[in-house]
Amino acid sequence: MAWSLVVDMALLLEFLNTLKATLIDVLPILSIILVFQLLVIRKPIPKVKQVGFGFFYVLIGLALFLLGLEKALFPLGKMMAEQLTDPQFIYAEQAINAIPSWLDYMWVYIFAAAIGFSTTIAEPSLIAVAIKAEEVSGGAINANSLRISVAIGVAIGIALGSFRIVAGHPIHYYIITGYIIVVIQTMFCPKMIIPLAYDSGGVTTSTVTVPLVAALGLGLASTIPGRSPLIDGFGLIAFASLCPIIAVMAYAQLTQINTHNKQNTK
Amino acid sequence: MHQQFILFFKSLIGSCKDLLPIILVIAFFQFAVLQQPLPNLGDIFIGLLLVVLGLTFFIYGLEMGLFPIGESMAQSFAKKGSIWWLLTFAFCLGFGTTVAEPSLIAVAKEAANVAAKGGIIELSKVAQAEYANGLRFTVAFSVGLAIVVGVLRIIRGWPIHYLIIGGYAMVVIMTAFAPKWIIGIAYDSGGVTTSTITVPLVTALGVGLASAIKGRNPMVDGFGLIAFASLTPMVFVMVYGMVIGG
Repeated sequence: MAWSLVVDMALLLEFLNTLKATLIDVLPILSIILVFQLLVIRKPIPKVKQVGFGFFYVLIGLALFLLGLEKALFPLGKMMAEQLTDPQFIYAEQAINAIPSWLDYMWVYIFAAAIGFSTTIAEPSLIAVAIKAEEVSGGAINANSLRISVAIGVAIGIALGSFRIVAGHPIHYYIITGYIIVVIQTMFCPKMIIPLAYDSGGVTTSTVTVPLVAALGLGLASTIPGRSPLIDGFGLIAFASLCPIIAVMAYAQLTQINTHNKQNTK
Repeated sequence: MHQQFILFFKSLIGSCKDLLPIILVIAFFQFAVLQQPLPNLGDIFIGLLLVVLGLTFFIYGLEMGLFPIGESMAQSFAKKGSIWWLLTFAFCLGFGTTVAEPSLIAVAKEAANVAAKGGIIELSKVAQAEYANGLRFTVAFSVGLAIVVGVLRIIRGWPIHYLIIGGYAMVVIMTAFAPKWIIGIAYDSGGVTTSTITVPLVTALGVGLASAIKGRNPMVDGFGLIAFASLTPMVFVMVYGMVIGG
């Protein structure tokens, strides 16, 4: 009993610390809103009690979320990223190659894709944008389908980014090719989805995805001979924000083709 | 009260579903690929419980607080008709939320470390702090500018793809001229700028503005602010790299 009490106290203390950090995070936003609302708009905030409670819930929720990630997911995910990129795991049965073949890292790509997909599904800011998109489009865009398309985009992006680190190709060829694909898709994509698709690139890389993906990139770059963590370790995030744009536009195009075919058969 | 409890319970189940893929991925790789037992099972369980609870509260508060305030402010500004105040607000929101962003502070510190080791700046604490601060203010300024341009686009009804494709062209051109060591940092700085609280607020602001202004469609014109906020930092960080030591 006494022991569990000690554990709970430590947890509570950690929670209060996270809460404080989150509060400091929110403070600039809160003060900007208040200053403009009171001095420029000069009207009381509508439904001030509800909005206040909403902010309070967001704060508590974010603090709990971050603490939980720190406690459970980040240490585990980082450890797994390190183990999977460890040469001893990759070359378990054979001698360590002087020049690594990109095929030896198959599990790393699969892990990269899986962790990219699953962390994106849990990303709070993506959930927010998806809810809003479903609401604004009157249900024409389904929040869950949007999130799954974005997650598939992140999965492909991070797997591709890991392959790039293993292969040692320069990053800008990939990014520029991605831009060209985005431009071509923009010409053929339904107009309604374009701004949302562009937005989805920015929302994927926040609280959950970045720490795990950064650990994977650094692990890869520091274990493969000839790669520098400083140059190759960064850059996975850039892939994770480009590929969802392509994926969301592809999703919209597929839906369009689908409904078109249905109308034709009718 | 009873109804609210059911609503809360429903979103709790939703959060569990959101988290399920992560649990499956970790379990599969830990047991099937790495073939190792899970360390600290108790800690992991408590952590997961906190994540589920946190996500539930966050989404609950989002629809109660963040979305309504973003939209009501957008509508008030549209009614007031003062474009200058709206743009000032947009800049403050972008700058203010980015300059204190913890992930940006971390990236700037790391970048200063790399720069000092690479001999681009002096190997002293003062020079590194100066460099990191310069980087932070550059990124924060460019996010502020991005929101301003994005809001102007909503007001004027400019099509988004010209602006974004123009931005891409800038990134490509700058990449050719910027020093090599800044490129990775510049590309990543686009991704770290949009935090979990900024995104819903900025989205609500855009959608609110587009629905308040006549002739704008919230779907076509309301989204896109975040896209600008992740594009401009790339360009400006490369400019910063060229200024510091091209």
